[in-house]
Amino acid sequence: MYLRQFAVGALENSNIDNIMFQLAIYILLAPLVAFTINIFWGKRYLPRGGDWISITAIWSGCAFALYMFFTKVLGNYDPNYFQSWQFDWIRWGDYQLRIGIALDNVSLIMLVVVTLVSSLIHLYSTAYMKGDPKYHRFFAFLSFFSFSMIGLVLADNLLIIFCFWELVGLSSYFLIGFWHEKDSAANAAKKAFVANRIGDVGMLIGILLVFTAMGTLNVTEVIAGVAAGKMGGMALTIAGLCLFCGAIGKSAQFPLHVWLPDAMEGPTPVSALIHAATMVAAGVYLVVRIFAILTPEASLVIAYIGGFTALFAATIAVAQYDIKRVLAYSTLSQLGYMVMALGVGSYTAGFFHLVTHAMFKACLFLGSGSVIHAMHGALHHIHSHDDAQDMRFMGGLKKYMPVTFITFLIATVSLSGVPLTSGFMSKDAILGGSLAYFMMHPQHWLLPVFGFGAAILTAFYMFRLVYMTFFGEFKSGPEAATALHESPRAMTIPLIVLGALSIFVFYSFNPFNPASGWFSTLNPQPDRAYEQLQAVAAHDTHAEAKSHDSHSKHEAVEKAEHNDSHGTVVESHGEEHGEEVHATDAGGHGGGHDVHHTAHLIAMVISIILATLGILIATMGYYWHKIDPNVWKKRLGPVYLGMYHKWWWDEIYEYTFIGGTKLTANILAWFDGAVIDGLVNFVATIGRFVSVVHGWFDLYVVDGLVNLTAWIVGIFGRFTRLFQGGQIQRYVLYTIALVAVFIILKVL
Amino acid sequence: MHCLDSYLFVSAAMFVLGLLAVVTRKNAVSILMGIELMLNAGALNFVAFSRFSTANLDGHVAALFILIIAAAEAAVALAIFLNLYRLKATSEVDKANLLRG
Repeated sequence: MYLRQFAVGALENSNIDNIMFQLAIYILLAPLVAFTINIFWGKRYLPRGGDWISITAIWSGCAFALYMFFTKVLGNYDPNYFQSWQFDWIRWGDYQLRIGIALDNVSLIMLVVVTLVSSLIHLYSTAYMKGDPKYHRFFAFLSFFSFSMIGLVLADNLLIIFCFWELVGLSSYFLIGFWHEKDSAANAAKKAFVANRIGDVGMLIGILLVFTAMGTLNVTEVIAGVAAGKMGGMALTIAGLCLFCGAIGKSAQFPLHVWLPDAMEGPTPVSALIHAATMVAAGVYLVVRIFAILTPEASLVIAYIGGFTALFAATIAVAQYDIKRVLAYSTLSQLGYMVMALGVGSYTAGFFHLVTHAMFKACLFLGSGSVIHAMHGALHHIHSHDDAQDMRFMGGLKKYMPVTFITFLIATVSLSGVPLTSGFMSKDAILGGSLAYFMMHPQHWLLPVFGFGAAILTAFYMFRLVYMTFFGEFKSGPEAATALHESPRAMTIPLIVLGALSIFVFYSFNPFNPASGWFSTLNPQPDRAYEQLQAVAAHDTHAEAKSHDSHSKHEAVEKAEHNDSHGTVVESHGEEHGEEVHATDAGGHGGGHDVHHTAHLIAMVISIILATLGILIATMGYYWHKIDPNVWKKRLGPVYLGMYHKWWWDEIYEYTFIGGTKLTANILAWFDGAVIDGLVNFVATIGRFVSVVHGWFDLYVVDGLVNLTAWIVGIFGRFTRLFQGGQIQRYVLYTIALVAVFIILKVL
Repeated sequence: MHCLDSYLFVSAAMFVLGLLAVVTRKNAVSILMGIELMLNAGALNFVAFSRFSTANLDGHVAALFILIIAAAEAAVALAIFLNLYRLKATSEVDKANLLRG
């Protein structure tokens, strides 16, 4: 239906004459400028550590992003809206790497999410981080992160996406390890960085595979290239999975999930911004971007990884006591949902959940930050060293912190999937998608099981958290309770905004049918590029008739490749292509729409039942105390232990990968010490021996010869010396004797 | 007795005596005397050959040359000997072995 074509427009010049791109560049660069100013001059020369510079940068960016959103996304109301601005970055011989900014509904919505959440968290941090000795650095890093994340969202090129991808990883490292005096924070930062690197290697391989096959990295051109058959089959599957490796690392999917819970060592605003709302969603965003090139095999792997992560992380969240860790595992679980949605082909649902999740999860994290802030003060008041994040010391906070409580409750309800919330709509869409996938491919019954299993657990652990934190008696004593207070306004305002954005009305006016809302309308599922190719091939009875579609695409690609200008503004509105292409959307399974419709209805009913059930169990256990959790802990036995110990993944990695690495290092060290050094020493010994022999030879043979010569010469000299007595008379006598001899010889 | 042979005989005897003196004597002055004897033996030969061969005076001139050279040689040699004496406190040529190898 829509493969974005880019017709290179008439505007072939380098100056950006489109206000949208100027705004986009402002939004991108303003936080970078703020970072530069704050990191160098923030502490010494600027009042308040320069936080107002960062805040100005991101708030103005947010305002422009909202303007762009309202004019272009809601204003155009065009599902195929696409604009790009490019310029030559590098030329290697004939090849030119063109990079630039791509604006479409996805990137603009993402831009709004990032700048909005980031703005609110900047505001929140002014209160939360107050008095921290590194206050100015915190804001500098927040700005740096915002810059990186906005760049990642706007980039139109896989290479640039990768660059910003690494930059968000770096800023995540800085911010997790913000309190690096604590060993745990420093280690968590390292862990996050290393785990991300593992995924990034895969992503880089994927990028190189794509580049090798297509000769381009521009996302649109890559999709067009796949549709034109430049890459396919196994190679495309592998490339897609390699790119997905990056998402596994960044979005903390199953094998590399271990870094995200530890990342909670960072300040809570950071957890909210980076490790809940935006950066971890970057992996999902990447899959959204490359959705069109994923093959069915790759999608299946993605779906299973996402689904497994969703359920698996939810089981761990059930048994945690640290309020931020519960939320961290919940984030893992929700990211798993998004990935699963994209894997089963529910593109819109996955991206929708990304956006709604960003709002309510940021709200939850900021709410937990507010709670921790209050708990910290209260425990400090009674000189207690208990953990301010442990829910077992909380309870009854709702009467001390009403705003935090209400916003937290709204976000919790949204996350649990209760109707009339945004979370209900998006999660329901995902569950419906997985159910529809199951109905079309009955052998993959595990996927909806993962989804529905995680749904009930989500409702349970979130309400468990709410009951333990906000209801019942305050468990650190009445003395500490006197110090409890609602957080300052700078912290509650973001909570209110984010809590409000967790309500259905912002996304669709019909809370039970998100498909009618603007979000779903503007983010329709893109055609899979390979399906497009198959469809074209299937109808290819006479090439000329059908080539209209691929021909124009070819032309566009060629134009872009041979475009010598330094910058171009490309604007195109993809055409509605024939219904016959759309019919193959569901992979040849007829009646795809009916299946989807039925699946959504069933999923909606089941998910409401499951959410209610989860909430009910939590209420029984933690509010009415009808069920004693401790009895169930014993009854569950090893399962509970597994959930409590995060299924021992940290330990497994400790003994396999880390232990293996250490063992390998030790073996190599031994090999180095014993074998390599031994060889070197052996060679040295041989060298020494040879030089001893050589020295002996030199001393006795060479010197002996020289001395012998000298000795012979000396003998000769001593003999001739005999004749030179220095006595003139003897010389005369010799002369006479010789003369006599000559005379005698002559006579004879 | 006025024949050449007798002159040559006397001359040879003088030369051998002078030579013996040069070779055997240790005293530098004695050696110098031996050298004078040998020079005079040579001069006698010149004069004798001049008398018995041609009528010119070439041989006489040579003899006069030898006398003058002998006088100069004696002066130089005596100066050397005086220095030798001052250096070594002796006039014996055996002690003057400074050129010994």
